[in-house]
Amino acid sequence: MPFIQLLFRNRLAAMGAVVLTVILLLVLLTPLLPLPDPDVTATADRFQTPFSPGHLLGTDHLGRDQLSRLLHGTRLSLAVGIAAAAIAGFVGSAIGIIAGYFGGRVDNMIMRGVDMLMAFPYILLALAIVAALGPGLMNALIAVAAVNVPFFARNIRGITVGLAEREFIDAARLAGMGHTRIILSELLPNVLPVIIIAMSTTVGWMILETAGLSFLGLGSQPPQADLGSMLGEARSALISHPFTSVVPGVMIFLIVMSINLLGDGVRDALDPRLRSGALSRPRATTLVQRNDPVPAATEDLLAIQDLQTQFHAGNRVYKAVGGVSLSVSPGECLGLIGESGSGKSVTALSVMGLVASPPGVITGGAVRFRGDDLIGAPYETLRRKRGDRVAYIFQDPLATLHPLYTVGDQLIEAIQSHHAVSRSAARDKAIRLFKAVRIPNAESRVGNYPHEMSGGMRQRVGIAMALANDPDVIIADEPTTALDVTVQAQILALLDDLRRDRGLAIIFITHDFGVVGQLCDRVAVMYAGRIVEQGPTQSVLETPAHPYTKRLIACVPELGRGRRELAAIPGLPPSVEALPPGCAFAPRCTKAQDDCRSGQIALTGSYPRAVRCLHPEEAIG
Amino acid sequence: MIALKVENLSKTFPIKKSLFGKPHDGVRAVRPMSFQVATGETLGVVGESGCGKSTFARMLVGLLEPTTGQIEIEGKALDNGNAAAFGKMIQYVFQDPISSLNPRKTIRQIVEAPLRRLHRMGPAERETRIAEIFDSVNLRHDFLNRYPHEFSGGQAQRIGIARALAAAPRIIVLDEPVSALDVSVQAQVLNLLADLKAEFNLTYLFISHDLAVIEAVSQRVVVLYFGAVVEIGKAENIFKSPKHPYTKLLADSAPVVGRPLTAPEQKDSELPDPLDPPPGCAFAGRCPRATRLCHQDEPMLTQMGEDQFAACHHPLEE
Repeated sequence: MPFIQLLFRNRLAAMGAVVLTVILLLVLLTPLLPLPDPDVTATADRFQTPFSPGHLLGTDHLGRDQLSRLLHGTRLSLAVGIAAAAIAGFVGSAIGIIAGYFGGRVDNMIMRGVDMLMAFPYILLALAIVAALGPGLMNALIAVAAVNVPFFARNIRGITVGLAEREFIDAARLAGMGHTRIILSELLPNVLPVIIIAMSTTVGWMILETAGLSFLGLGSQPPQADLGSMLGEARSALISHPFTSVVPGVMIFLIVMSINLLGDGVRDALDPRLRSGALSRPRATTLVQRNDPVPAATEDLLAIQDLQTQFHAGNRVYKAVGGVSLSVSPGECLGLIGESGSGKSVTALSVMGLVASPPGVITGGAVRFRGDDLIGAPYETLRRKRGDRVAYIFQDPLATLHPLYTVGDQLIEAIQSHHAVSRSAARDKAIRLFKAVRIPNAESRVGNYPHEMSGGMRQRVGIAMALANDPDVIIADEPTTALDVTVQAQILALLDDLRRDRGLAIIFITHDFGVVGQLCDRVAVMYAGRIVEQGPTQSVLETPAHPYTKRLIACVPELGRGRRELAAIPGLPPSVEALPPGCAFAPRCTKAQDDCRSGQIALTGSYPRAVRCLHPEEAIG
Repeated sequence: MIALKVENLSKTFPIKKSLFGKPHDGVRAVRPMSFQVATGETLGVVGESGCGKSTFARMLVGLLEPTTGQIEIEGKALDNGNAAAFGKMIQYVFQDPISSLNPRKTIRQIVEAPLRRLHRMGPAERETRIAEIFDSVNLRHDFLNRYPHEFSGGQAQRIGIARALAAAPRIIVLDEPVSALDVSVQAQVLNLLADLKAEFNLTYLFISHDLAVIEAVSQRVVVLYFGAVVEIGKAENIFKSPKHPYTKLLADSAPVVGRPLTAPEQKDSELPDPLDPPPGCAFAGRCPRATRLCHQDEPMLTQMGEDQFAACHHPLEE
């Protein structure tokens, strides 16, 4: 089971689990062990030291066997602690789910009540509860459970609020489910892992808190032993006979320590972010492991040469980019088109070593900027070129801008990290850039935070930032996909003007043929990590040679063509983990023949037109 | 026959009064709107982000209680804000196919829910019905025991459609059903929707921001701007000869192969502020034809040409 493996990879958690298992086995077997009665007093034998005959751990101030009292006491303390955790978990989670699901006034009332409960110091609250109900182990249990309810209620409410807004809850309401059913069958299964994690990390406290109440004489009553009352009774003999305090003290330490270590281990193993390795820090540049010789330099401004990027996850290898060659010259716009998973974004990120490693590895090829190979270049070289010579524009400007800094500050930082200019000079430049990307009221807009701007304005900031250091190449990864059509038209027109005015080379990644048709001089079509067709935009769009290109164009609705049946491509793109031999499109292609399903199929044709197909739709010169 | 009749439907979200600010009327997410949809028709709803599309859709299926107005399905008025009563008549297909499926339930449990809750079917009856539905949406029967994360976006959207069909509704509201999908998969789902409509004699409300998709699937189109209907008309005419300047702006902004790249709107304007709506026509601030009248009087939806209505003081001529 992967969960157990994950748990035991954490040595401390494994240690905790072992210690806890031993203690649990001991206390479960206690009634069967040949131990003297824990409550029988023998004042003649009082304060016998450990290892004396018949009393392995000695006797207490009334001559009772310490070992027997310890095991019975541990049994009781564990039972109370676990019961308190279960009650607090149940009540707290119920409150949290109800408050989070219904929201509004219900939420407000419940959570303010919980806040009031939290405002008391916990020991004071527990004392008050015990004082009201009277001393006794049962009442101590209730007190400990009650003071821990707010912890669960707040935690679970937070999770539930996020889940209650999800679409599957709306779907359940439309399927005719009532509130109770939605809470029990839709929300609870999603919240349960969090409840379990919260319980496993809090059982330790609860045992401590119960022991604390018993120590004060408010929990278990004489002669019944639990760990807290044993400590309390030993207090008067602390100096003369320290072993009577040490024995229960060590047991409390072992229990709480092992539970906390195990609880942390459980949390780490269940947390999906930790499981996927997201918290492991990626390297500053993508890992490079090239075995083949590096292709020779060319004259192009930016040339991607036979680039191969893979993701290594465990034993699995995902060939995200399987040998891609592209080049751009100044003032040129190259479109890179493909569906999700075709490797277009990974190709773009590989240029500046921005693919996260692990799991990304560049296994072959070269990326040459003015002839210099960027792949495997030292971090400092890459860092100086990132954003300076080659800049990126990403899809979601809200995710790429830092929410806590003003857009102006972020732009100034981008300028100052590459040029030693004063802050006021950088600010002037930032305002000029804002004007260049046609942000109205540039002077006041530099003081805005990202959330104060609309999506279109934020993407203009993204473009301004890409332009900050007058780069030679801009790589734009679906920069308009998240925008409305009227805004998209403005952004595309802006990019087009910029490249004409400044001689920028643009690599424009998109899935939209309309955008490519309007903006790009040349286009390359990617499928399953390889380029299947490339050429001048007009020629590719009007006479596509690869069956995939042709059918992809046919299944995109175009404005002005009226209501019609679209020519869908059946099936799905192959997984780049298990690519079929031969042409990756063959399983979905109606023209596929036997020779399509074996060997490597080369990109053929004469520059700039090329196609990777044995039976192309159009003959290419 | 009329499948759906909406009268005066509107939604205003109240805003908490700030301690010192002046009292607020709330945000008018959807201004009163009325229209009808015939049985078997697909009504396209277009608009940009913030135009009230989603609020409108959620009111139609009873997930949100309207502030004013009434919804009638096949002549029967529905109890506002009761999702279960709506469920049998009108269903919803969500934009994000993965997030609309509970990650901890099997596909069988998900598709079964409307059959159990809305139609009170027994286990054997449910089994045959699910088999029929899965055949209609081209899903393999062995998918039933799997969990949502095992499916691609296109498959998950088919499951979402299967769930909507299981309720046996008369009308399905499709809220951007293909915008999260890849283009090759998008066409598969659009074609499937067309086939299902014919097979079950359904009526669709198809919400999208993509004009080309809307034009490819709809008979009539409603254009929304800032929570109000600015134009309704036949799909084949509305983008070809728009009456409202906003519809024309939308049509000119859509990227089309072969059309030269120019920004159709030179003014760098943003949407009006919903907290402080302008008087008169909401589009006036962006409109090249706006006059003083537009900044004062809100135009009403009036008939302009056959089957075409627009809310504009200075509509575009042919």
